[in-house]
Amino acid sequence: MSIPIVQVQNLSRRYRDVTALDGVNLSLEQDKIYGLLGRNGAGKTTLMSILTAQGFASSGDVQVFGEHPYENEKVLSRICFIRESQKYPDDFKPVHAFKAAALFYKNWDEAMALTLAEEFQLPMKRRIKKLSRGQLSAVGVIIGLASRAELTFFDEPYLGLDAVARQLFYDRLLTDYAQFPRTIVLSSHLIDEVANLLEHVIIIDKGRILIDDDAENIRGSAINVAGTGARAESFAAGRTIVHRENVGALVSLTIEGTLSPAERREAQELGLEVSPVSLQQFVIRKTLDAGAPLERASTGAAPVKTAGTPTRTGARR
Amino acid sequence: MIDDSRPIFMQIAQMIENDIVDGVLSEEAQVPSTNEFAAFHRINPATAAKGVNRLVDDGILYKKRGIGMFVATGSRAILVGRRREDFYEQFVRPLAREARKLGIDAEQLLAMMARESATDVDHAIVTEKEGAL
Repeated sequence: MSIPIVQVQNLSRRYRDVTALDGVNLSLEQDKIYGLLGRNGAGKTTLMSILTAQGFASSGDVQVFGEHPYENEKVLSRICFIRESQKYPDDFKPVHAFKAAALFYKNWDEAMALTLAEEFQLPMKRRIKKLSRGQLSAVGVIIGLASRAELTFFDEPYLGLDAVARQLFYDRLLTDYAQFPRTIVLSSHLIDEVANLLEHVIIIDKGRILIDDDAENIRGSAINVAGTGARAESFAAGRTIVHRENVGALVSLTIEGTLSPAERREAQELGLEVSPVSLQQFVIRKTLDAGAPLERASTGAAPVKTAGTPTRTGARR
Repeated sequence: MIDDSRPIFMQIAQMIENDIVDGVLSEEAQVPSTNEFAAFHRINPATAAKGVNRLVDDGILYKKRGIGMFVATGSRAILVGRRREDFYEQFVRPLAREARKLGIDAEQLLAMMARESATDVDHAIVTEKEGAL
């Protein structure tokens, strides 16, 4: 099961004074659902762009399906990259985008695409230019699912999709993945929504991989203890405190590790409230002390220049 | 349902155990497939499989090749036995602690338990009658 289909070694990407990726090492295994999480400008889109040959590395090595992806039709035909703001030719309608995808992806499931279009209430014969933000996202989501590419990237695919449509996406993703296992990389800000779908989590911050671990290992790797200051502090003594919040005489501590039943009892007897840390809270805690001013962070979020690079779903043929 | 307190696979295993103890899943009954668990709880199928496999390793469930997972005979007794061992720590101690906090002494606590058992019996009789109708 553990065959790496993506291997990244010491990958860096620099734009003038911004280092978008900084010595990234990574491998993705076959048939897993990955979560690529991090703040705006952390380097998520840059990383996915390079893996799909839509962006260039400054240094380092990238192998996808054992080969370099650049200008490599053999590799690229097995990859689907759904961008946050995918551009389509001006006169394209969803029906055209689907036709192009059908030509490009050998596993394309037309029936599934049409069913999804109906479920997402996508007007098939309206120009994509005229679609709402949510409908535009639906086009991407449908292509990403129906292409059944061996390696599929969804970069913030839900922009403008309402809660019902997002749930529909998650549900269809899960059932189709169960039937046709493949490697999926989901980049998302709505971490709580996708947390349970993920098998493996990669947290990226300021161009570096912060955490690369099974979702189940992260779940329960930290815990919140809250109560009156002195009691909480003494209970947490000797443990790694990831985060601390003071409200008057009360303090809430996020500590690493789990509590044994005895420790849990001790906390209870001290009148401390013990609560779990969600994946979203965990990511926030880990990336909060980033220190970099927000403006600096958003510079890195500028879209990767892909001028001249053909889009994955556009007029490829 | 699923929460963040513990790894999901443990929660899945626990839910199946609960169903066996409650009799929702009888012995030799077929357990839903991992994909069904995944779709129902909206979790990763590999995670669901991990939970199910834990119970297989434990001898609570067993695999029939190409058919599915089934509840092993005798598993309910094993699970009930384990839960009884945990009962004191999990339920009696917190109960006693809270009672102390509120100034409820052992005698009053016993009286309450007796009262609860009595209503429990009444409840059992009612459901029995309903069942007969």
